[in-house]
Amino acid sequence: MDFAGWEMPVQYAGIKSEHDAVRTKAGLFDVSHMGEAVFRGPDAEAAVQRLVTRDVSRLAEGQAGYAAVCYEDGGTVDDVLVYKRPEDFLVVVNASNREKDLAHFRAYTADLDVEVTDESDDWALLALQGPEAVGLLQSLTETDLSPIKYYRFVDGAVDGARAILSRTGYTGEDGFELYVRPDDAPRIWRGLIEAGATPVGLGARDTLRLEAGMCLYGNELDAQTSPLEAGISFAVHLTKEPAFIGREALLRQDLEGFDKKLVGFEMEGRGIARHGYTLTDGARRVGVVTSGTQSPTLGRAIGLALVEPEVEDRFDVQIREKPVPARIVALPFYKRDKK
Amino acid sequence: MSLPEDLKYTKSHEWVRLEDGTATVGITEHAQDELGDVVFVELPEAGTTFEAGDSFGAVESVKAVSDLYAPVGGEVVEVNEALDDAPEKINEDPYGEGWILKLRTSGEADLLSAADYQKVLDEDS
Repeated sequence: MDFAGWEMPVQYAGIKSEHDAVRTKAGLFDVSHMGEAVFRGPDAEAAVQRLVTRDVSRLAEGQAGYAAVCYEDGGTVDDVLVYKRPEDFLVVVNASNREKDLAHFRAYTADLDVEVTDESDDWALLALQGPEAVGLLQSLTETDLSPIKYYRFVDGAVDGARAILSRTGYTGEDGFELYVRPDDAPRIWRGLIEAGATPVGLGARDTLRLEAGMCLYGNELDAQTSPLEAGISFAVHLTKEPAFIGREALLRQDLEGFDKKLVGFEMEGRGIARHGYTLTDGARRVGVVTSGTQSPTLGRAIGLALVEPEVEDRFDVQIREKPVPARIVALPFYKRDKK
Repeated sequence: MSLPEDLKYTKSHEWVRLEDGTATVGITEHAQDELGDVVFVELPEAGTTFEAGDSFGAVESVKAVSDLYAPVGGEVVEVNEALDDAPEKINEDPYGEGWILKLRTSGEADLLSAADYQKVLDEDS
């Protein structure tokens, strides 16, 4: 399928089997479509600090942090991963938002001594995820992976090729994301597959992140939805100084309440909720499904929805003009057992 | 992939087996392959009547939902309730155990022969 201009497989062998491979063994994703923006110069930290909701001054070198980028009105430009490196900041953005993000980054930092470079074409990104991922990767690298904690990264090599090894992911499993040179990517891909990883497409990437309760830009987050409404307040540091773009609006939301909130739900009746389906309580519309699927791990139909703040317990999902009951459940749907 | 010659087909990728006024309906090998792992089938109740071309239910895979259209008009006499617990039968055996419902019908409407349906598939690809 065409995804933000990239030709990418929805599935290789089948969404369910690929999903199960990540939950029980190790799956390999080609997510090279993700964009990489690098901030260099004396004001690099000030620039990133102004643009993202997380307090990046608290990141250690070698640490990554999830954050949102907001408009002045509090709506979300994108959700990003910020890597603090010794000399610069690497900000990883969603493929579909790359050009919009770069324009936003540059427009709001023009007064600072910072250079914002789009290095998206210089990096391929492979994500190796699952309970066997770390052991499998260790067989192809001399970097000792065991001391690298979650959301930490190091420069190293995989199969002899230069790589950033980042203990991050979008599946709810342990694993690494590997930033490598595009010329090296096919060889590293083949090496990891030969070592036992299962190739995984976009379809299972979506079911895995949904079970883990993670947001997808364009579904849970968009220009009309703030990070607080989408439930990622852990990535928003409202009191940080200097302030980020959108802080005033988010402070106001924090004080006066939200227009909507993100919840997880399970279907009680038969049927699968999908993105865009309407939620009702009697005759009243109370929200909309942002993502929904049949959970391969749980064997139940699950979803995320943006609902009115008053909605507490249950609602109906309108599936092909019929109301099907659903109830709100705690997120995430799936949490791995930590050893 | 060869198509069973004894079945009739629709452009919307249903198949139908006509026997003594009863039409057994399912989706084709091509349709199940496009959908991927089927996880849910929405079936109508026995006794419901449909015109040819009416939507009578839906097949959902992990990735997508696809409406089902009645290839012929008629009254539903039986639905394949085994699909409630084992919707994957549609992937495993689309022309056999993965059948979806049976209609009592008088019509044959605009059905395609195997050869004509093959042309539809060739044009799509």
